[in-house]
Amino acid sequence: MLSEQIQQLVNRELKKYPADQKQSAVMSALRFVQDEKGWISTDDMADVADFLGMAKMAVYEVATFYHMYNLKPMGKTTLTICTNLSCTLCGAEDTVAYLKTKLGIGLGEVTADGKYGLREGECMGTCKDAPILAINNKKLCGRLTNEKIDQILAELDKS
Amino acid sequence: MIKIEIDGKLVETERGSTVMDAAHKAGVYIPHFCYHKKLSIAANCRMCLVEVEKVPKPLPACATPASDGMKVHTHSELAAKAQKGVMEFLLINHPLDCPICDQGGECQLQDIAVGYGGGVSRYTEEKRVVMSKSVGELISTNEMTRCIQCTRCVRFGQEIAGVMELGMANRSEHSEIMSFVNSTVDSELSGNMIDLCPVGALTSKPFRYTARSWELSRRKSVSPHDGLGAPLAIHIKNNKVARVVPVENEDINECWISDKDRFSYEGLNSAQRLTKPMLKQDGKWLEVEWATALEYVANGLHQISGSAGAEQIAALATPHSTLEELYLLQKLLRGMGSGNIDTRTRLSDFSADGKQAGAPWLGMPIAEINQCDRFLIVGSFLRKDHPLLAQRIRQAVKNGGEANLVHSSDDDLLMPVANKAIVVPSEILNVLAQVLKALAEEKQATLSADVQQAIGKVNVADSARAIAHSLADGKHAAVLLGNFAQQHPQASQISVICEQIAFLSNAKFGYLGEAANSVGAYLADAVPFAGDGHGMNAAEMLAKPRKAYLLLNVEPELDMHDAQQAMSAMRSADMVVALSAYKHHATEYADVLLPIAPFTETSGTFINTEGRAQSFKGAVKPLGEARPAWKVLRVLGNLMDVSGFDYDSSEAVRDEALDTAQMASKLNNHISGVPLQLNSAATVADLQRVSDVPIYYADAVVRRADSLQKTHDAASPCIILHGNELQKLGVQCGDLVTVKQGDASVSLAVAMDDRLPQGVARVAAGHQATSTLGAMFGTITVERA
Repeated sequence: MLSEQIQQLVNRELKKYPADQKQSAVMSALRFVQDEKGWISTDDMADVADFLGMAKMAVYEVATFYHMYNLKPMGKTTLTICTNLSCTLCGAEDTVAYLKTKLGIGLGEVTADGKYGLREGECMGTCKDAPILAINNKKLCGRLTNEKIDQILAELDKS
Repeated sequence: MIKIEIDGKLVETERGSTVMDAAHKAGVYIPHFCYHKKLSIAANCRMCLVEVEKVPKPLPACATPASDGMKVHTHSELAAKAQKGVMEFLLINHPLDCPICDQGGECQLQDIAVGYGGGVSRYTEEKRVVMSKSVGELISTNEMTRCIQCTRCVRFGQEIAGVMELGMANRSEHSEIMSFVNSTVDSELSGNMIDLCPVGALTSKPFRYTARSWELSRRKSVSPHDGLGAPLAIHIKNNKVARVVPVENEDINECWISDKDRFSYEGLNSAQRLTKPMLKQDGKWLEVEWATALEYVANGLHQISGSAGAEQIAALATPHSTLEELYLLQKLLRGMGSGNIDTRTRLSDFSADGKQAGAPWLGMPIAEINQCDRFLIVGSFLRKDHPLLAQRIRQAVKNGGEANLVHSSDDDLLMPVANKAIVVPSEILNVLAQVLKALAEEKQATLSADVQQAIGKVNVADSARAIAHSLADGKHAAVLLGNFAQQHPQASQISVICEQIAFLSNAKFGYLGEAANSVGAYLADAVPFAGDGHGMNAAEMLAKPRKAYLLLNVEPELDMHDAQQAMSAMRSADMVVALSAYKHHATEYADVLLPIAPFTETSGTFINTEGRAQSFKGAVKPLGEARPAWKVLRVLGNLMDVSGFDYDSSEAVRDEALDTAQMASKLNNHISGVPLQLNSAATVADLQRVSDVPIYYADAVVRRADSLQKTHDAASPCIILHGNELQKLGVQCGDLVTVKQGDASVSLAVAMDDRLPQGVARVAAGHQATSTLGAMFGTITVERA
């Protein structure tokens, strides 16, 4: 079962679509699940499918298609570094290397304390600030340097 | 209509149709993988690229609407180059394992690669690998690397089967076809995905590695299972049925067949096949010669009819037997002076016998179902009993139709059901009376006095009113009675009331035929009220046990309405002759077992539920000493000195049994002279039994099809109750309980289904685990074990 809070949020989304097109809310529903749990398990996908009257496989298709859905636990804070062309030209490879040594994990991995997860991401549409990283898919930090990364991590450590 | 030119040929095509449709009309072949005439357009394989004049780029023919004056070239330099390029892309990741691939020799990818591809591959990098999956016992998904992502299987699930069990997960190069978390594909139509797959990614698990397509010879046949009578192609290797695939007939099966039709051939090669006549002597079964066995039967029947009278002889046959077999069986019986013959083994209400104007049938051609816009489905486990008729209703509902359901179980029909009344079996008649009353009010029609009197006092519930409103609202309605309604103890009254409902809503009124030859059995006179009309029906034959029984394909404990009663009648009989393709339970009570040929080994005729007679020839030689039943009955007729048994072919029998010119006039669902008597609203304390016959237990052949028996639908039956009933009993799901009916009790696991009405216990019939229980309807008690 989806939590009370997620159900409320999804119901609010559903008002945006025709009553017989409930599946339109599938992406939002998956996002709410990820916001609450940090990742989306197949059980959650089945719950979303039941709630929206969709085939489970159809939800699975959506969840596995889009990159921003975490299909395994990715720590309390997921750092996603864009490695597409503009960011790479501006040094994204160095950013990844620095974060890897700093956190002691590789891409797609989570720190032992479960605090940070590191992911490679696709273009986030703000190439002017390359290289970019996104915190939990919500907050973008650009023009990254090693010092700036230290600063971001220090702030995250505090919160 | 618009005119379009394809490769210089001018064709007229409908506005809104595609270039692919027009090409089809012009007889021009455009290579394709993802396009299928029965599925939605995906345009993702890009194989059908063609050149259209005044368009700078090649266009996919399957997704390009034809427009007036359009000039299309399918073989021009541009088109050929595009097709060759696409082919090269498709082959980049496709493994070169044709020599060990089951699809080899009947593979669209192979054929089109030869016809439209280049001779060599320029790709030298690593090919991608997709891990094998398991989706159940019917479809093999061991080599998903071969998949070209056409998504035909996904669209088939969504659009035809009504349930999306396969999907394409992940993105771009990582995308692959799979089921949700390794779940099995349980659709009763799943095998069609094997036919649809243009490559060797989805192949038939039972057929796998048993033959190459060019080693197989092909014979046409007809499905002996459900009432649809799907035309089949039987593929044979070494005088053995290797597999079964559909033959297209737009009026019957379109291009699909159900899994039961496709995979039950395994039952034909079962180890349980009876291959020699057998006689029981001093409690021991001996294999004997045909002559000995038949003489024994003839002598036995002579003796019994001489000493106790011919009416002590009774014959039961399943409606899966051919027209010729049934005709000869009744002729033999009546020739001996007994009218005790019946094929309606699972029915319980025979009060309409002799009052029917003709043989009960679908009431319309099968293809007309797609044109209907309103349905009232009464008492039917629709998907499992009639997989492809359900598919047609699904399409009609998708095109704006409304389905309404009156039933005692609310299984998912995989289509939207507009209104439903799910009630205990004894309430079904009342609900229908309510619908009739509401309909009469809505249409301001006057009913005949006796009907008016019978239904005058019923209170119309909202659900019944909604159903009536839905029916009244339609232009082409259909009222269809399923197997459950026909097996119901008040089947005749249900029919009468449904006929009235159909009349008032200007609807077609039909019976969904239970078996391949349910209609044929009536036309062959294999019913007790034919002939001089002095015969016992299936229920009477058991209620007043006879001294001799002839069983044609019948397994009494599985095929009869009341298995308990049937078995006691068999055990007390002096002589039981079982004509069967299988060495079944009859060894316990029979005296003679005669091995007869199943449908692939005999010629015969089935008349399907729309009244279409389809004759077929034997595809393979009978196994061992098994013989076609019509020949066995012919010899028995001669031995019994019954006149008119000198046929030299099954066609001669058919021509005598069937007057094709008169056939249409013999199909009639009208019943007259059955009085309506609604149930008083007495509350019954006991649970009422609701029985389905699970799809893979419905007939002798499919019961022995190993792969089907491993599927979800063939799971051993549970007793299914509403959650509140579970609470009352104080048991949990999965607990074993004692289920009692009549003198017998069995131990079954409990399952919960809150969609069932309270007060019923759903216990499947047709299965060994429940075969000692009594009638398919009636009260049943459940106790904690």
